[in-house]
Amino acid sequence: MRRSSTNICEISFPALSENESFARMAVSAFVMPGNPTLEELSDIKTAISEAVTNAILHGYNQDGIGKVHMRFEREEDSFTFMVWDEGVGIENVEQAMEPLYTSRPELERSGMGFSFMEAFMDSLAVESEPGKGTKVTMTKSLGTNADASVCDE
Amino acid sequence: MKTERFEVYGGTMVIHLGEDLDHHNAVYIREMADGYVDKYPIDRIIFDFSGVEFMDSSGIGVVMGRYKQMSYVGGAVYVYGIGKNVDRIFQMSGLYKLVKQWNQAEVE
Ligand SMILES: Nc1ncnc2c1ncn2[C@@H]1O[C@H](COP(=O)(O)OP(=O)(O)OP(=O)(O)O)[C@@H](O)[C@H]1O
Ligand SMILES: [Mg+2]
Repeated sequence: MRRSSTNICEISFPALSENESFARMAVSAFVMPGNPTLEELSDIKTAISEAVTNAILHGYNQDGIGKVHMRFEREEDSFTFMVWDEGVGIENVEQAMEPLYTSRPELERSGMGFSFMEAFMDSLAVESEPGKGTKVTMTKSLGTNADASVCDE
Repeated sequence: MKTERFEVYGGTMVIHLGEDLDHHNAVYIREMADGYVDKYPIDRIIFDFSGVEFMDSSGIGVVMGRYKQMSYVGGAVYVYGIGKNVDRIFQMSGLYKLVKQWNQAEVE
């Protein structure tokens, strides 16, 4: 049986690529008490990794100085994940969210980041202002498919 | 923590990937792989995914970039050892259309 639970966690770190794995570990640790399935956990880690990588790579061009922020919220089985930066922002959000669109093909980016966030989470919202920064808000409810949980496997 | 290993046999390069294939590691893998491709006449790249537990869109870029290089010289890219998480990313991004499954018996 799941205990009802509320929790909030905020973390900030500089735009260094080694913090991508840190972000995934942090979100895993936050979600684990909610008893996610292996697939749910993988979905969440991938979506967070995409959002954080975008902030580091596109928002701050990996300057190692700009701060990436994450805020995780839990209301029983419903989770909200926010990732934001105060970086360059996005001129045309609609275009940026199109599958395969990338502004950095020379860096071997494939333009699939937003598509994965959309596919792996229940909802995705992107707010951005050029010169001000970008904020990604994603939600996911656990237990919406009938898979066994991590603990049962 | 498993890290990447590179092996070159004649025209074949095997890239044994590490546990995480994210942006941070992708930059390193690309630099290493490009170094070997510049130095040796490589026309076949084999990715060993058996140690990979996590991959995001950065991994797509790594595979696609190597695919483009190999196509350019008339070569090919192979993969093996793909697990469940990576398989989903491959399916969704259409990467299976670009790479072949490495099967020693069939190729040699
Ligand atoms: N935090 C951000 N700040 C500024 N621009 C961003 C940010 N996030 C995304 N973008 C813009 O949106 C585009 C699409 O993002 P998306 O994650 O879908 O693809 P990508 O990062 O280019 O490639 P991939 O994620 O597949 O490696 C980026 O190329 C970039 O121009
Ligand atoms: Mg991206």
